Amino acid sequence: MSSSAILPALLAILLGALATTALAAPTAARQKELIHLVRQDCGSCHGLTLQGGLGPALLPATLAGKPVEGLVATVVGGRTGTPMPPWHRFLTEDEAQWIVEKLMTGFPE
Amino acid sequence: MKRLAQLFFAGLMVALLSGCGGMQLRGTGDLGLVIERASGHVTLVNTSSRQPYARIGGLGDLSHASVVYSRDARYAFVFGRDGGLTKIDLLQGLIVKRVVQSGNAIGGSISQDGRIVVAQNYTPGGIKAFDAETLELLSAVPAEYEPGRFSKVVGLADVPGNKFAYALFEGGEIWVSDFSDPKRPVTQRYPAGLQPYDGLVTPDGRHYLAGLFGEDGVAMLDLWQPEKGARKILEKYGRGEEKLPVFKMPHLRGWSVAAGRAWLPAIGRHEVLVADAATWRETGRVAVKGQPVFVMASPDGRQIWVNFAFPDNGWVQVIDTLSGKVVQTLQPGKGVLHMEFTPRGEAVWLSARDDNRVVIYDTRTFRQLGDLPVQSPSGIFFTSRAARIGF
Repeated sequence: MSSSAILPALLAILLGALATTALAAPTAARQKELIHLVRQDCGSCHGLTLQGGLGPALLPATLAGKPVEGLVATVVGGRTGTPMPPWHRFLTEDEAQWIVEKLMTGFPE
Repeated sequence: MKRLAQLFFAGLMVALLSGCGGMQLRGTGDLGLVIERASGHVTLVNTSSRQPYARIGGLGDLSHASVVYSRDARYAFVFGRDGGLTKIDLLQGLIVKRVVQSGNAIGGSISQDGRIVVAQNYTPGGIKAFDAETLELLSAVPAEYEPGRFSKVVGLADVPGNKFAYALFEGGEIWVSDFSDPKRPVTQRYPAGLQPYDGLVTPDGRHYLAGLFGEDGVAMLDLWQPEKGARKILEKYGRGEEKLPVFKMPHLRGWSVAAGRAWLPAIGRHEVLVADAATWRETGRVAVKGQPVFVMASPDGRQIWVNFAFPDNGWVQVIDTLSGKVVQTLQPGKGVLHMEFTPRGEAVWLSARDDNRVVIYDTRTFRQLGDLPVQSPSGIFFTSRAARIGF
């Protein structure tokens, strides 16, 4: 491997490590609160079982293939022209990302 | 085994209801039920003794469930989120019949003559009519507002003439379906406005109102003169001000005409809107603690009780309709989702979802009269609804 190829590879590893440490998972207690928020308050439009209602379903199958950043942006900033409100008053971007990742893999009860 | 337990429970319940002595006849006027939204159960309650008397499970997904009653007030029809329609006998404490009629439902209604139960559905969008006796499907009206495009249906209400009025969220229309011939409903369409989110009919059955999410205002159809079409009232009540995010859609059902005025939840705003019930012009606003969800009048019309969207859902406020002022602010518990007055309004029952209890208040003294343990309670429905138009 030439030195010109090593540098970008190293950078990628470093950046990757940075990205994962920057996204600290919420504490166990906070996770419990977020699960409650999603099930109960997001659930008033998306359904307690997240199978949809006035808002679309938030199940792994329905979210599959959608870009994570876009979904996080929707949670944080809402979606104009629809009833989806911005939730930034109640959660951080990292927490929104945690929620989106959980939604995409199957949300805890 | 489950069936056996159910039978045993029912037997026990009948014994309790009949006072353990010989079989006693009983009315249902002081009975009702509470939805347990997370567990698929309902708790049957007695508003005279302020006690639960039975609990029934197996009702599916009951988040956002609602209930209507047969006109003899003996049977409850429970509409679940998952499209389940369950008929419950309040006297025997049993499920009489259950069908799963759609993929995603949002409530239902019963016809003027009590023979037809209608469910309103999100997916597939439309309404479906069932025989109230057997729950056999009679007919369906798909909410196809443009060729190939179906809308979620909101705000279904029974109206005189065995008709049902409802609104189409995506379609932006009010529809009135006449079920005089239950197998061949005839539907009239009226343009209403952007994104109706819920609807209601006035207690006399004359005016159908659909709250609009996509624009400020409420669409109103005079059912005595439907040929005049829907017109907009309370237009631009938020004019010139920034649109506020809405953390829970307000519910119009259970709303209020009291003291000659209509009391409605403003959308997004921390206000209750007041309109003259004769001219439908705005006459005032009442500032409240949060975004109103239910704005409900006591049966005598003297008080309006208001609960709120997240994050203010631990509060309840009471408006005196004579002064138009908030006279009481209460904290009944965490996550107050619904309220129901006893038939003549001496007490009000409130569900505190996150405290797993139903709290009962005296409406005159605002003192707590009691509470019941109920798992994750949401809607509370008393049989006094059986005789009311739009309930």
